[in-house]
Amino acid sequence: MISFTVNGKQRQVDVPPEMPLLWVLRESLNLTGTKYGCGIAVCGACTVHVDGTAVRSCVSPVSAVAGRRVTTIEGLSARGDHPVQRAWTEVDVPQCGYCQSGQIMSAAALLARKAAPTDADIDDGMSGNICRCGTYQRIRAAIHRAAALKKAGA
Amino acid sequence: MTTLVSRREILKRGLAVGAGLTLGFTLPRRGRAQTPGVFTPNQWLRIDRDGVVTITNSVPEMGQGSLTTTPMIIADELDATLDSVKVEQAPANPALYKNPVTGSQSYGGSRGVRDHLEMWRKAAASAREMLKQAAANEWGVPVESVETEDGAVIHRPTGRRFAYGQLVDKAQALAVPQNPKLKTPDQFKYIGKAVKRRDTPDKVTGRGIYGIDVQVPGMLVGSVERCPVFGGKVQSFDATATKAIKGVKDVVQVSNGVAVVADNFWTALQGRRALKVTWDEGPIAQVSSAGITREYEAAAKQPGQVARNDGDVDKALASGKVYEAVYQVPYLEHACMEPMNATAQVSRDSCVIWAPTQNPGGTQATAARITGLPPEKVIVNTTLLGGGFGRRGEIDFIVDAVETSKAVGAPVKVVWTREDDITHGFYRPATYNVFHAALDTNGMPSAWSTRVVGPGILIQKGRAQAGTIDPAAVEAVRNMPYDIPNLRIEWNNKDLGIPLGFWRSVGPSQNGFIIESFIDELAHAAGKDPFEYRKALLGKSPRHKAILELVAKRANWGAAMPAGQGRGIAVVFSYGSYAATVAEVSVAPDGAVKVNKLVCGIDAGIAVNPDAVRAQMEGGAVYALTAAYYGQITIDRGRVQQSNFHDYQMLRINEMPVVDVQILDSGEAPGGLGEPGVPTVAPAVTNAIFAATGKRLRKLPIDRNELKRA
Repeated sequence: MISFTVNGKQRQVDVPPEMPLLWVLRESLNLTGTKYGCGIAVCGACTVHVDGTAVRSCVSPVSAVAGRRVTTIEGLSARGDHPVQRAWTEVDVPQCGYCQSGQIMSAAALLARKAAPTDADIDDGMSGNICRCGTYQRIRAAIHRAAALKKAGA
Repeated sequence: MTTLVSRREILKRGLAVGAGLTLGFTLPRRGRAQTPGVFTPNQWLRIDRDGVVTITNSVPEMGQGSLTTTPMIIADELDATLDSVKVEQAPANPALYKNPVTGSQSYGGSRGVRDHLEMWRKAAASAREMLKQAAANEWGVPVESVETEDGAVIHRPTGRRFAYGQLVDKAQALAVPQNPKLKTPDQFKYIGKAVKRRDTPDKVTGRGIYGIDVQVPGMLVGSVERCPVFGGKVQSFDATATKAIKGVKDVVQVSNGVAVVADNFWTALQGRRALKVTWDEGPIAQVSSAGITREYEAAAKQPGQVARNDGDVDKALASGKVYEAVYQVPYLEHACMEPMNATAQVSRDSCVIWAPTQNPGGTQATAARITGLPPEKVIVNTTLLGGGFGRRGEIDFIVDAVETSKAVGAPVKVVWTREDDITHGFYRPATYNVFHAALDTNGMPSAWSTRVVGPGILIQKGRAQAGTIDPAAVEAVRNMPYDIPNLRIEWNNKDLGIPLGFWRSVGPSQNGFIIESFIDELAHAAGKDPFEYRKALLGKSPRHKAILELVAKRANWGAAMPAGQGRGIAVVFSYGSYAATVAEVSVAPDGAVKVNKLVCGIDAGIAVNPDAVRAQMEGGAVYALTAAYYGQITIDRGRVQQSNFHDYQMLRINEMPVVDVQILDSGEAPGGLGEPGVPTVAPAVTNAIFAATGKRLRKLPIDRNELKRA
């Protein structure tokens, strides 16, 4: 049994320790908002927070998060109103939307590190996340907007 | 001067709609559901006694916004309040939900709005007329004296009002008018306005359900080990080690390989790794990229089938200096972010499928064939699609799920790995294209010939007859817009057996590049400005010219640029729409290319949701730029050499140019949007690279080694 916290709740799973966190979240805990894209940590669709840091869950063995705090897109905010989610909605970022959970988790982690990211900071913090629909221009705009919302205390 | 048509002018002209469409909304009497208390004028909408309007969207939501655009169109013509309508995804039922133009319940070709706009408007308008008639009857007033507004019929002279819900039973008893009066464009409330996407809230919270997220009680998860060589078959397999893995439930042979079925995907993958399969690799094991190129080169020396022949090209070419060039493009894979998958629950008397498919009709027919059930016993639930781009019109991933579920007797979700996805796709064809041209004394082309060598997608799929000219192969070449007196287009079908598919914008994805590059070469050879040169040749193509002028003006075409930078331009018609792009690029001394800005113009006739139009153009630009920078699938002994995003790279945010989308509302019949944004981008970029460096790139993807100056 491996124990860790997911979105504020203590969870226990009986799975092989090398099983990636991604599949534990999706298939053992039914948290399907976190997506599978590549399985080798190059697309970012599986991004979650572990103790507040963005990690690629597709290559993180579940044993590595034992006793730690995992946040997924489902737990980023109680009502879908994290500044990043609000900005994403205002700008209408998603197209197919499949990569957006990962994009949002990366953006939230970036904003937690840098309250007012520059375009270079955004390039740096977001270039690990692929969007095949090509929403990058809107992602950039939405991150700036989220920074403004956050600053305004929204 | 640009020729942006004013809104007023469009209103004056009226909204042109495609003529001659079969109106698919008329229901046979038995088909019109007779649920008490529900008004069901046709299959596209229903209204209950509480006034709730439910709209059925037949076009799968693959990111293009059909879950928003379809209700916009219907709610507008129905005069319902958009925010309060519900939207359902249509089940597979081609009799009811087929595309009225193609006749099938399969969606590609940027057909969401352009093929359905008129039909949906008429379906909604007929419902509105019935509601008006019902109210007029109740009040004993002429129907001409009542009007509709925000989900209600009103009689202004007396101030009386019926909410639609109050009229449900009365309206249901009336005959369905076949030629209802449509709104005039000035009466539109939603069409033409930027409306927020309805699916965004689910997509920013992780609640949206894609195919890969489907959970069915008792469901197992499968993954299929496939022959690394296209067309290869299972000779034998040994599943002993696989079956010893805890959680592996079954191992079964299916058409596409060997399916390992387990409690979960991770375990199924472990099972695949332990599997020992002996393959009969088949004939394609002899095919490699270098050999394909050699075959193309040889075929290019032979005359092809003539797709167009104006004037006398040979005579005109013999009269002066001949400009010659060869352009090559590679195979490309779609790389949808959501890997292929489907879930099937096959039982003795039914089959239920959940799938992210562009092709619900084909899914149903395929499952019926595999199970032996009549089509109506196959229920298809179309989930959200994590990208489509043409890949999800195929049915291979459906076959996996249905065959596996049938074999193991349980519901099974079959999920592909990214590696499966890249190595077992349906590829945009690689082609080899030979150009010859001559210029007249004014520097304008007097003769032009293009010989396209490559396979035909439609012919390979049996959708066009072998021996004919595959329309997809010559699209945007055969109908190139430039006014040239002697013009010949040939096609040499050379199919080496690599599976082909419809890749966002299909033929024009490559043919736009080759045509718009070679015309640029001729402009420079003539010492003329590439924009003015094109314009001079577009006398018979006013819509090409208008969109070209629009982007040129917007991009300050002709303004000076610093050394190492350049501007390029291109214009292509595809899928009913006219698109043009100006690219601004920098090329570093080491050959590194950076696209700084793209001005992308689109004339799709009418922009139903302008923000969705912008999104599609932004997305089309990224899709095209990704291919221009990186896109290349190569074959070695029948195997794809790329396998994941590390060696089949995608454009990332740090490489993203500014994309400035310009919409030209011409008021013409609606054109497509998903694809037309793609074809102009690569040639605009390589033409800009030429302007910056003097180096002409005739092969994609861009090879920075060709651009090194240091």
